[in-house]
Amino acid sequence: MKHTIAVILENKSGALSRIAGLFSRRSFNIDSLSVGATDNPDYSRMTISVRGDRVVLEQVIKQLSKLINVIRVSELDPAESLERELAVIKVSTDRENRAEIMQLVDIFRAKIIDVSARSMIIEVTGDEEKIDAIVLLFRQFGIKEMARTGKVSMVRGTRVIKA
Amino acid sequence: MPKMTGAQVVLECLKREGVDVVFGLPGGVLLPLYDAIYHSDIRHILVRHEQGAAHMADGYARSTGKVGVCIATSGPGATNLVTGIATAFMDSVPLVAITGQVNTFLIGKDAFQEADITGITMPITKHSYLLRDAKDIPLVFREAFYIARTGRPGPVLIDLPRDVTVAELEFYWPDVKLAGYNPSTRVHEMQIKRAAKDLMEAERPVIYVGGGVKFADANKELITFAEKLNAPVTTTLMGVGCFPEDHTLSLGMLGMHGTKYANFAIQESDLIMAIGARFDDRVTGKITSFAPKAKIIHIDIDPAEIGKNVRVDIPVVGDAKNALAALLKEVQAKPRSAWNDKIDQWKLDYPLKYIPDPNIIKPQYVIEKICELAPDAIITTEVGQNQMWAAQFYIHKDPRKFISSGGLGTMGYGFPAAIGAKIGNPDCDVIDIAGDGSFLMNSQELATAVVNDISVKVAILNNGCLGMVRQWQELFFGKRYSATILGRTSPDFVKLAEAYGALGLRATKPSEVESVIRTALASDKPVVMDFIINPMEKVSPMVPAGAAISEILDLEWCEETEISAMDKMLVSGRYVSREECA
Repeated sequence: MKHTIAVILENKSGALSRIAGLFSRRSFNIDSLSVGATDNPDYSRMTISVRGDRVVLEQVIKQLSKLINVIRVSELDPAESLERELAVIKVSTDRENRAEIMQLVDIFRAKIIDVSARSMIIEVTGDEEKIDAIVLLFRQFGIKEMARTGKVSMVRGTRVIKA
Repeated sequence: MPKMTGAQVVLECLKREGVDVVFGLPGGVLLPLYDAIYHSDIRHILVRHEQGAAHMADGYARSTGKVGVCIATSGPGATNLVTGIATAFMDSVPLVAITGQVNTFLIGKDAFQEADITGITMPITKHSYLLRDAKDIPLVFREAFYIARTGRPGPVLIDLPRDVTVAELEFYWPDVKLAGYNPSTRVHEMQIKRAAKDLMEAERPVIYVGGGVKFADANKELITFAEKLNAPVTTTLMGVGCFPEDHTLSLGMLGMHGTKYANFAIQESDLIMAIGARFDDRVTGKITSFAPKAKIIHIDIDPAEIGKNVRVDIPVVGDAKNALAALLKEVQAKPRSAWNDKIDQWKLDYPLKYIPDPNIIKPQYVIEKICELAPDAIITTEVGQNQMWAAQFYIHKDPRKFISSGGLGTMGYGFPAAIGAKIGNPDCDVIDIAGDGSFLMNSQELATAVVNDISVKVAILNNGCLGMVRQWQELFFGKRYSATILGRTSPDFVKLAEAYGALGLRATKPSEVESVIRTALASDKPVVMDFIINPMEKVSPMVPAGAAISEILDLEWCEETEISAMDKMLVSGRYVSREECA
C-alpha cells in the first residue's frame, strides 16, 4: 500500500536530516520525498510517499510527530487530493524519430525545453502514473538521463494543511 | 543590564533551571565555559572519562527525578558521551548534555577536535541544538530543559561553539513556546471509561508496569489501584521498584529472566493493562505467542509506543499518574478471586531459587545478604548476570532505588551511575552490583569517587568471565567459551581499589560474605568488594531467545566437573579445550 503524507516542519538546521534519518533508522520505505518553502518563510512543507500497511503508516506518522521541529503531519487521502510531479527527461533523438517524439510530447501535454542534434530534453508534469507512462514510451528511443522531483500533493477544496 | 559573556549566561541558565551539580571534563574550546564554572557556585564533578560524566548525570537524574547535566569538550570529549547519551535515550532519562564545539567559522572545516556531534547523536537524542548565536543561549537552554523533562523524558544535546561562549549579550529569561511539541499528559475520558469497564469484567487481569510509572511518580496510585482491584502486578526491569516486591499482589519481574509466575500469569491472563511499558522483546519473548488470551490496555505518554510492538485493544495516551487517578474513580473494589489463588499457588510452586553451597559463594546469596544488611539502599547494576541477579534477589520497594541500563544494556554503567546517585542522595547507601567484566569498563571513576569523598560501594560478583555471554555459550554454543574467559586475577580488584585510595575487600568463602558487606557499609570511603563466586552459576529461570515466555527453563544446576574445568580456564585466563582439561 502506498500512502502520501504532508509534513509541515520548521525551517531550522538539522530538521531535514532528522526526518530523513528517522526513515532509515526505523526501516520505513519511502518512494519519494520532496521539500520546499511554504507561504510562511519559517516553515517548509514536505511530501513523503511511503509504502506499508496501516500499522506501518501509523508508526511513521507518530514517529514524525514526535520530532520537535515537526509542526504537523497529515495523511492525504488519494481520493480527495491532487498530486503532481515534475520530470525532465533527456531522450536520444535522430531525424527519423523526432516527429514521433514531438507527437508524444503533444499527447502528454509535455514540453520540449532543449533540442540538440542527438537529443531533446522534455519537461513533463503530472501524477506519478502519467510520468511513469511517458517514461515507458520514451524508453524505446533511449533515455539518456532523467531527473524527477518526487511528488507534491494537496487536498482539494477548502481543507488546508498549514502550521 | 550589564552585558555578560555567553559562558556566564550558560551558568546563569543552569542556575535558573535548578541545576546544583554538573559532571564534566574540560578541553580547549571549553576554556571560557570552565572559567565561568570557576566563578560559579554550581558544583562541578571532574570525571576521568566523559562516558562517566554522562552515566553520573544519568544516575543522578534517575535517582532524584531532576534533569542531569554533563559537559564534555569538542571532538573526542563529545564522542565519549555517545554511549551515555544512548543509554539515557533508551531508558527515557532526562539529561542535558553540553558539548564544546570549535569556533563557528571553523565548523565544517575538519578543524582540530571537531566532530559533528549533533549529527552523530541525532538518532539518540530527543532533540539537539547547535548554538550558532549567543543571543539564543537562554532560549535554547530553556527549551532543552523543558524538552528533556516533560512528556516522555530524554536526553537533549546542546553543542556550544567556542566563540559563542565569549560573545557578549544581555541576559534575558524567555518563556518556552514550541509549536511542534505539546506532550499530552491529560487522558481521554472515553478511553478511561472503556478501560475501566474491561477491568471490571476481567477475570484474570494483570497489571504490567514499566519505567513510565517511575517517571510520572505514580507508584502510590498504582498500589492503591492494584489493591482496589486485587489485580496482580508485574514489572519490567525499568519498572522494578514501582510496586513493592514484598506486596502480596507482586509478581516480580516478567520476561526472559523474570519469575515463572509472572510469565505464567501473562500467558493465562484475559486482560493486560500495560502502564508506561513498551512491550520490549526481552519482555514479550516470541511476540506472536505473547499473552494469547488477553485483551490489552496500553497507557503511555508516548503515542508512538502504542501499537508499535503488539496490537492494542484500548489505547490511552497520557501520564501514568493522571491515568491511574482517573481509572481509580471509574472502578469499584473487587474481592480476591480464584485468579489470585491460582497465582499464589504458582508463587509457592515456582519461587525464584538457587542451590546454596557451603563452600563456594553463590551470587544470589551475596545479593540476599546485601538486601538483608542494606534494605533501603539505592542499587545500581552493571549489565549481564549481575544485573539479573540484582533484579531478582534484592527485594525492591522504591521506584527510584533500582538503577540499571535496561534498553541499551550498557556494561560500565552501574559504577558511574552509582556515583551520580550518591551525589543526589548523600544520606542513602548506594551499592553497584557489578561483574568483573563490566566494572573494568569504567573503573577509572574510582579516582572521581575518592577525590570527591563519594562513598559508593561496589560489589563485584567475580566469576572471571563475561558471565551472561558464557551462559549462552554453555547452553546454545556447545560450551565453546569463545572470548569470554577473563581469568581470576585480571586484575586484583582489592589492589586496584587501594591503588586509587579506596578500600578493597575480598570474600572467597560464603562465611566471609556478611562481614565484608558490613565492613563496606560501615566505611565512609568508596569500597570495592570482590566476591569470588561460582563461575558456572547461571541466571535462572530463562526464556530462550525466540521462545514464548511460558517456555521458561530452570537452570540452577551445574556439574562439579564443569566447575573444575572452568577453574582451570580461569587460572590460565584463556579458553581450554575439553581435551586439554581431561
